[in-house]
Amino acid sequence: MNIAVAKTEKADVAGANFASVVAAAPGSGKVADARREAFDNFQRIGLPHRRIEDWKYTDLRASMRDVLPAAPAPDAAALARAEAAVKLHAIDGVRRLVLVDGALATSLSDLAALEPGLSIRSLRAALDAGDDRLLSLDTSNPMTALNTALMTDGVVIEVADGAKLTKPLQIVHIASGGAPAAMFTRSLVAIGKDSAATVVESYIAAEGAGLYQVHDAAVITIGDGARLDHVRLTEDSREAFNIAAAEVRVGTHAHYNVVGITTGGLVSRYSSTVTIAGEHAHVETNGVNLLNGKQHADTTLVMNHDVPHCVSREGFRAVADDRGHSVFQGRINVRQPAQQTDAKMMTRALLLSDDAEADNKPELEIFADDVTCGHGAAIGALDDQLLFYLRARGLPEKEAEALLIQAFVGEAIEAIADDDLRALAIAAAERWLAARG
Amino acid sequence: MALLEVKNLQVRVAEREILHGLTLSVNQGEVHAIMGPNGSGKSTLSHVIAGKPGYEVTGGEILFKGEDLLAMAPDERAAKGVFLAFQYPVEIPGVATMTFLRTALNAQRKARGEEEFSTPDFLKRVREVAGSLGIPQEMLKRGVNVGFSGGEKKRNEVLQMALFQPSLCILDEMDSGLDIDALRVASEGVNALRTPERAMVVITHYQRLLDYIVPDHVHVMSKGKVVKSGGKELALELEANGYAQYQEAAA
Ligand SMILES: Nc1ncnc2c1ncn2[C@@H]1O[C@H](COP(=O)(O)OP(=O)(O)OP(=O)(O)O)[C@@H](O)[C@H]1O
Ligand SMILES: [Mg+2]
Repeated sequence: MNIAVAKTEKADVAGANFASVVAAAPGSGKVADARREAFDNFQRIGLPHRRIEDWKYTDLRASMRDVLPAAPAPDAAALARAEAAVKLHAIDGVRRLVLVDGALATSLSDLAALEPGLSIRSLRAALDAGDDRLLSLDTSNPMTALNTALMTDGVVIEVADGAKLTKPLQIVHIASGGAPAAMFTRSLVAIGKDSAATVVESYIAAEGAGLYQVHDAAVITIGDGARLDHVRLTEDSREAFNIAAAEVRVGTHAHYNVVGITTGGLVSRYSSTVTIAGEHAHVETNGVNLLNGKQHADTTLVMNHDVPHCVSREGFRAVADDRGHSVFQGRINVRQPAQQTDAKMMTRALLLSDDAEADNKPELEIFADDVTCGHGAAIGALDDQLLFYLRARGLPEKEAEALLIQAFVGEAIEAIADDDLRALAIAAAERWLAARG
Repeated sequence: MALLEVKNLQVRVAEREILHGLTLSVNQGEVHAIMGPNGSGKSTLSHVIAGKPGYEVTGGEILFKGEDLLAMAPDERAAKGVFLAFQYPVEIPGVATMTFLRTALNAQRKARGEEEFSTPDFLKRVREVAGSLGIPQEMLKRGVNVGFSGGEKKRNEVLQMALFQPSLCILDEMDSGLDIDALRVASEGVNALRTPERAMVVITHYQRLLDYIVPDHVHVMSKGKVVKSGGKELALELEANGYAQYQEAAA
């Protein structure tokens, strides 16, 4: 399957090929219907552009221009390149699930001896079985629609009620570095009542990988009294596009803690909608973008407080050098019944050059009257006084800057509960700093 | 050859001349005290020696070990042995004191082509020095100077000085903010660093510090110049008579 789904000015380019794409894609019946409908949605809008409010700062029509053909299933050589990349980014003590060019690579994945209460399937298998939880994503977002239409593989992780996983699960998305291509993946993480799990999503590239596109989506549900720790590490190649969406549903007394670090990619966008559906739930989301060259990264978060007595915290930090461009759009919706909501959002940006840019769009829509909600934003450069102090103590300019940048992003990274994962995030930040020279 | 040679230094800040031809020569092993009224340019001199940006040197020169100090970046100066204990040390949230100390020490060693300290050796060294200055270990885990009292910040400066073993120490009002006991402890820390090779420039307003750190030379600065130099007895005279006569001399 190597079919162009090109999307430029007119929305009819891929139409002719789409029937054959769908025929080969997993799932039939309602899955196939959903794909067709989603593809129509995508075709109506095409690649989102600056005149679509939600995509104002991330104009994919200008930067991505075309949706690349879907990547072929990885051959032995691609798997070997992927394996080398996995080794480079390996973390001890995790259960690794590897997607190579968008297909679950069982040979590189730890699928044996699952802990009691843990179930893992491929997306392909779940779609073939007609699992419609995978079809729940909002396809009014054109890129989610495209993902629904073309998703080929991913992982479906389920944790039974009461099961507390001690080993983090890591979903590794690897581009093997073949011809420029796109991957369409979707994953599901459903953790049951009173369970606990840690899920890491890593996006990496094999050596030599240049241009490719990641089109990813996640459906996440957290049962009552459960806790999910979620880490996203985006370290794609410097020519890559990573367009991802997530919908998260949080139950009563549940805890969702997510930290995202973007250091790679040319254009990255993560659109996440968190719906707090059960009382006394606690959501913490932290993000860090470290960007230079012409890197662009956009985090768009919607936090829905649907019920009373819940707490949400959003902390987002951006460091942009050269012509790097960081975007944070945060929207908090507090519905009328959600009294005693405590929702806060804070963004800080550090600009290291005159051409760097950070855009910040906070929105609060509050229909309940007894709430504590707020947002704040700060933008600035490195503090000259602090830089001088460090240099007077012997640190060369770049090292002094690196230490202050690490301190700046450190606070967000501190939110990662697991020591090994935190070290991984710190290492990603350090790699970015080291590459800065 | 003098260790530090400041010759006819003229410095402008924000379009205004602050130092108007200052000359000062410091030899190895000597302790020089600089006194003078508020605003006379003492901190400006110390900042220019350390390489702080924002000062425009419009005339004169500074030689350190015979080399043109003004041509060096601040970190090069530090690696070569210049240390300024700041009048107002900054707080650096998110950078643990221990990390900062190790990064700084190793950066200096690397610049000098020396081997970096191993972690156990480094920790041992910091503990020793911190202990002698009455700095609790817990403080070293906090961000640099974050939540430190004024006196603790000053002690942290002396700790760095002891750790880096510079050849020229400039202490800008080390005594301000220190209580009587802390002043004694910090002064003992400084005195322990007095060697025949190392020189010190002690900026202060008070004789009390000079009772502990006894200077070889005392200079009076007024309006951007050294207007009088003498032995340690000059400080006692200043204590008795104030700066009035020297301010007239400078004007
Ligand atoms: N960045 C600056 N911009 C403008 N004026 C400055 C600046 N820095 C110093 N000055 C001025 O230079 C003069 C000398 O200041 P400096 O801090 O060197 O004095 P000092 O002798 O250390 O005084 P003190 O005893 O109060 O510490 C003062 O008049 C001060 O206002
Ligand atoms: Mg001063």
